[in-house]
Amino acid sequence: MRGRYSSLACAAIFCSAVFAAANDTFLIRNVDVYPVSSAPQQNVSLLVQDGKIAEIGAKITAPKGIRIVEGKGLRVYPGMIDSGTNLGLSEVSAERVTVDTNELGEFMPQLRALIAVNPDSEHIPVSRVNGITSAVTYPGGGRGGRGGAGAQIIAGQAALIHLAGWTWEQMEISPDAAVQVIFPSIGGGGRGGENADFPDPAAFGGAAQSYTERKRQYDQAIQRLNDFFDAARQYQKERAANAAGFKRDLKMEAMIPVLEGKVPVAVTAQQERQIRDAIAFAEKQHVRMVLIQPRQALKVAAELKAKNIPVILGRTEALPENEDAPYDQAESLPGELHKAGVKFAFGTFSNEFVRNLPYNAARAVAYGLPHDEGLKAVTINAAEIWGVSDKIGSIEKGKWADLMITNGDPLETPTQIKHLYIKGQEIELTNKQIQLYERYSKRP
Amino acid sequence: MKTFLAFLLACAPLGAEVTVIKNATIMTESARGTIKGSVLVRDGKIAEVGENVMIPAGATVIDASGQWVIPGIIDCHSHIAVDGNVNEGSVSVSSMVNIKDVINPEDIAIYRALAGGVTTANILHGSANSIGGQTIVIKMRWGKDAQGLIFEGATPGIKFALGENPKRAGNPQPGGRGPAAPLRYPATRMGVEDTIREAFNEAKQYKAEWDAYDAAVKAGQHPLPPRKDLKLEPLKEVLEGKRFVHAHCYRADEILMLIRIADDYGFKIKTFQHVLEGYKVADEIAAHGAGASTFSDWWAYKMEAIDAIPYNAAMMAKKGIVVSLNSDDAELMRRLNTEAAKAMKYGGISREDALAMVTINPAKQLAIDNRVGSIEPGKDADLVIYDQDPLSNFSKVQKVLIDGNKYFDRDQEVSGRPRKEAEKQKLIEMEKQQQRIPTGGRRGQ
Repeated sequence: MRGRYSSLACAAIFCSAVFAAANDTFLIRNVDVYPVSSAPQQNVSLLVQDGKIAEIGAKITAPKGIRIVEGKGLRVYPGMIDSGTNLGLSEVSAERVTVDTNELGEFMPQLRALIAVNPDSEHIPVSRVNGITSAVTYPGGGRGGRGGAGAQIIAGQAALIHLAGWTWEQMEISPDAAVQVIFPSIGGGGRGGENADFPDPAAFGGAAQSYTERKRQYDQAIQRLNDFFDAARQYQKERAANAAGFKRDLKMEAMIPVLEGKVPVAVTAQQERQIRDAIAFAEKQHVRMVLIQPRQALKVAAELKAKNIPVILGRTEALPENEDAPYDQAESLPGELHKAGVKFAFGTFSNEFVRNLPYNAARAVAYGLPHDEGLKAVTINAAEIWGVSDKIGSIEKGKWADLMITNGDPLETPTQIKHLYIKGQEIELTNKQIQLYERYSKRP
Repeated sequence: MKTFLAFLLACAPLGAEVTVIKNATIMTESARGTIKGSVLVRDGKIAEVGENVMIPAGATVIDASGQWVIPGIIDCHSHIAVDGNVNEGSVSVSSMVNIKDVINPEDIAIYRALAGGVTTANILHGSANSIGGQTIVIKMRWGKDAQGLIFEGATPGIKFALGENPKRAGNPQPGGRGPAAPLRYPATRMGVEDTIREAFNEAKQYKAEWDAYDAAVKAGQHPLPPRKDLKLEPLKEVLEGKRFVHAHCYRADEILMLIRIADDYGFKIKTFQHVLEGYKVADEIAAHGAGASTFSDWWAYKMEAIDAIPYNAAMMAKKGIVVSLNSDDAELMRRLNTEAAKAMKYGGISREDALAMVTINPAKQLAIDNRVGSIEPGKDADLVIYDQDPLSNFSKVQKVLIDGNKYFDRDQEVSGRPRKEAEKQKLIEMEKQQQRIPTGGRRGQ
């Protein structure tokens, strides 16, 4: 996508303390390569040059004096991508002063998550030592959302970032991976707020407002959303015509890439009704959509497949949506969606649990998702959905060397990460937690 | 009592008297380690475990070829099966209330916990008070009434809470909804200490009155008994070692503070709960003899969880503390087996010792290890069958037995879904039909 990709100059700045070595050219040998995009290759070598994957094979002629990383008995995988986080924007979720998500204002596409990413957030090194090398960080959602009246509908621009860098500019992969839309909901976003089976609030512990009233507010909110897009399209026309008296508007400017189809909308919609209405909205507005955390996606799977709408699934470590739902509803959903031919990646929709991203994929595998699809859903699928599969997501020639070297299957908890690389730079496998561990292990 | 027992037996599923699980990999969590073989269950108890177990005629046989059997998982910190709010937050010391009085046997979380291999849980009062309500241990006997869930003979407990939660009601809530609530003491960690000391100062005097009374009675005198105090009675039991203290805590300073209170008043903290900075004062916890029941890797969700590290469990275990991993959450509760695997990842705990953190260790912490927590003859037949290695993220619970009775069976659950779904649709249709009847009144009023 658009943006400033790494130049050599950038790579040169990208160095010292964060990385154990400033050298982004090296050879991993005798290693089992799991490219994700193709079949694993046993006991081969992998050459990284200038931060990019240069070659994979049994016989590689490496430049003389190149740094060798011994990979005997180890495996190398692409670094994982978490498609749902607030990394860099939220530190201690219960303390609002440390949280920068959820700005005021209903339609705020001009807000940029990227510029609020704190590169020194402790969540970043804690997440990456478990093999997560990049993440989508959203301007809204997560805990600390305001909900109810005045809730956001367009929260701003979500960014795809590398989990390493001195500044947010160095972390940037895609500054506007998507514009985040929190689709209106009948229940105001609360649990059990909507259930089409029982259109009677009395059946749900007596909601304050009648169903009719909530439905009216819901329809109005969708209308405002469509009006906003219509206004943006009108602005786009006036801008193109360069009409006299044309005034630049930052909100509207932020909508242009969406209207041009360069940037998708990432639409949070959980319930079947919301999902169907979101699909109708995206079609009406001719925008690309990525569906976020659609818990009832299975009921709409055929449409999602037919319309090629990709999905970001939330944690499989989640309770069923109601008492009647099967106990393994969240665990089974990825496998069922895969069978239905829907494309998806995983997000943890947290900061604290980003490091457990692979275990969410594993839980889906336990309940029916093929193992290689589980891996894809935390690597290449995410890269494809966010439009960066030419850069990250698999071990292929020409891509950035975002790599993890492990002693086993990364979807299994006891597996240890032995080396980690972001853009070919070795990441020191430490963080505040490991430092506390080391310090207090030495307490006399 | 006899009729009651007969009633219980009559309630037991048919063929539950003798069951053999054969051809399984059995993680006994006892000195025998992990073996391949069979478990023989008779009358709700484990009768035999071994490589070669004779199958009695008429026994129900479960062929667990390729499958794994572990002791029922025990969650040392849960709030499921509680009817309504878990916090009596109006007072700083709410020791007079008892979770036992509000057990809801119809909470779906019980079934979900079963489906995650949990057979026993320590059901705690909330953490809004420095000294909270009384607690109770239950078994996940889904389908029984409230009385039927209670773990017979398990020592009851009481919840203590330190740090941010008990302080909260003493501090103005920015952006709080509704009219401002009156502030409640304490508002600081200093006040939390004082609240607990004040309570035990009272309790100690109360106990002295009763001890004097008991001694006089024993000496053949006929004094008037002291007035019974429902707030102090449970604290007197703590001083007598008849009730366990389960103390919610985060920071090292407050952990140490509570140990010193306990030392001064002559009682023991049975378990420190959460205890996320336990690794900083592991020596002190070990010296006190308290257990530690912690999260595997939760952190940063609140300020006092900022120094939480996933190595905590392993570090405390290495100091000789009995460590368990708990959930405090109806969702996490369903996968404590893989939470145990995190103790292998973070700190290099062995497979058996990791699984112990959700089986025999919490049993020890609740002093029910004579009954549950390992697969040994004489213990309750609380058993979980997994389709593969339970420490693998790819494993699923297949069957769960409590007291030898099957309470969860994945095959039956899955095959029963179409029938349940049809039944639900039928009910929905009936509901819709009723709604169309043009009567003046409304339902549910």
